[in-house]
Amino acid sequence: MISVRDLHKRFGRQIVLDGIDLDIEEGKTTTVVGPSGVGKSVLLKIIMGILKPEKGEVRINGRSMTAAKSESEKNEIRSSLGVLFQAAALFDSLTVYDNIAFPLRERGSHSEAEIRKKALEMIEALSLEPYVLKYPEEISMGIRKRVGMARALMTNPSILLFDEPNTGLDPLVGQEVYDLIKETRARWGFTGIVISHELPEVFQVSDKVVMLLNGKIEMQGTPEEFISSDNPAVIQFLNGKIDGPIKIQ
Amino acid sequence: MTAAIISATEKIGGLTIDIASGFGRSWLFLFRTIVGIFKLPFRFGLFLQQMYQIGVNSTLVIALIGVFTGAVLAVQGEYTLSKFGATAFTGSAVALSLIRELGPVLTALMVIGRAGSAITAEIGIMRITEQIDALRSMAVDPIRYLMVPRFLAGIIAMPLLTSIFIVIGIAGGYLVATTLLGLNPGTFMSEMISAVDTVDVYSGLIKALVFGFVFGWVSCYKGYTCGFGAVGVNKATTQSVVTASVAVLVLDYFLTTLLTKYIFQ
Repeated sequence: MISVRDLHKRFGRQIVLDGIDLDIEEGKTTTVVGPSGVGKSVLLKIIMGILKPEKGEVRINGRSMTAAKSESEKNEIRSSLGVLFQAAALFDSLTVYDNIAFPLRERGSHSEAEIRKKALEMIEALSLEPYVLKYPEEISMGIRKRVGMARALMTNPSILLFDEPNTGLDPLVGQEVYDLIKETRARWGFTGIVISHELPEVFQVSDKVVMLLNGKIEMQGTPEEFISSDNPAVIQFLNGKIDGPIKIQ
Repeated sequence: MTAAIISATEKIGGLTIDIASGFGRSWLFLFRTIVGIFKLPFRFGLFLQQMYQIGVNSTLVIALIGVFTGAVLAVQGEYTLSKFGATAFTGSAVALSLIRELGPVLTALMVIGRAGSAITAEIGIMRITEQIDALRSMAVDPIRYLMVPRFLAGIIAMPLLTSIFIVIGIAGGYLVATTLLGLNPGTFMSEMISAVDTVDVYSGLIKALVFGFVFGWVSCYKGYTCGFGAVGVNKATTQSVVTASVAVLVLDYFLTTLLTKYIFQ
């Protein structure tokens, strides 16, 4: 369970988040949508403890990430998180296998045999066997996302964050990533937060949708409520129209 | 008019804050890196990788520059000293120039150009492709994982590379002086041995150590604070090479004065 209360974030004079209140329910997938530059990724990075808000609080499983005094305290809270980054953020100098094994190796509390067993389990579950000895530059973006997913799942996180999982992918590979999210969630049962601007495709993995606009929550509800919404901004965003309350920045 | 003055004041104020905060951040970064060296576990494998990247991979170019620098010094030294009828001191001139000055400075400039730019670009690309965020999300401190091995490898590799530069430089000078310029090999060596003191060697190696420190600090910091996109990496790499090179040349003057006039009088 993640709760976000009165979150404010600005960069210089630009207000990005202006008093966000949000509850992410356990076991469900919440999707945060909105036009580019609206602060979706900023919200994600504040939840991860990478960015610090000016005001407000983020609590993850009852512990405050924003009030954590030290990096080690943040790391304890982060241990329940897994992240799939926009372009997977795999380490270029490591093979697919080493990328997947990395989180457990760095924890230092597992033997190499245990790490190998867990990594092979992930590799099999995500059908990555042909790629284990390849480097990130040698595999397609779709496979990189799979590797990123395997790496994120290595530590059995209770919460998985997806930062624009379909950016830069063609529709077929994009659908493959959505299927991957559905399959892994069914198998590992995590709480999901998906950042996206792909409507309505992203609804297939969403239990709840939150739309950000001008630093505030414009609307939140189920995918069905979004589709039937009469909110002009939601209608404009869903239909991809230039004219409307959302101004292109 | 008033609005223009307010705007100009705001700009100057903003720039001052930017410079001061950037300066503060770079020292904080250095502090965290130094503290990171003493935190366990020490990643020895990553440190060895960086020793290879910075040290071993720079050896050939350092040797090449060293041999030609020594050769040029021999020709120039012999020419200058011949005006005073003192060509016998060519060996001393070559050795002292290399050990005290050119060895540490040219090695540092070469390593900054070759390895420093690579470190900044590598870390900068890791920054813009969110690999550094990925490390943090996996509870791995990027300072300890990325910076400490590079910083430490720079400090250790620089004196070693400087030593190689000096030895090969002297060999190059000896070869040119004895074969091309017709100087007596025995005179070259004996004058060199009698002119060079242990403090000269210490002086050169202390400089190399300081330059290694500057090299690691600047190249890692510029990569870590890299801006967005290809332009950000381009800017960070250029700034890294320029800042570290200028710092080496400025520090060289102060170190020379300090070591020559105050410490090894």
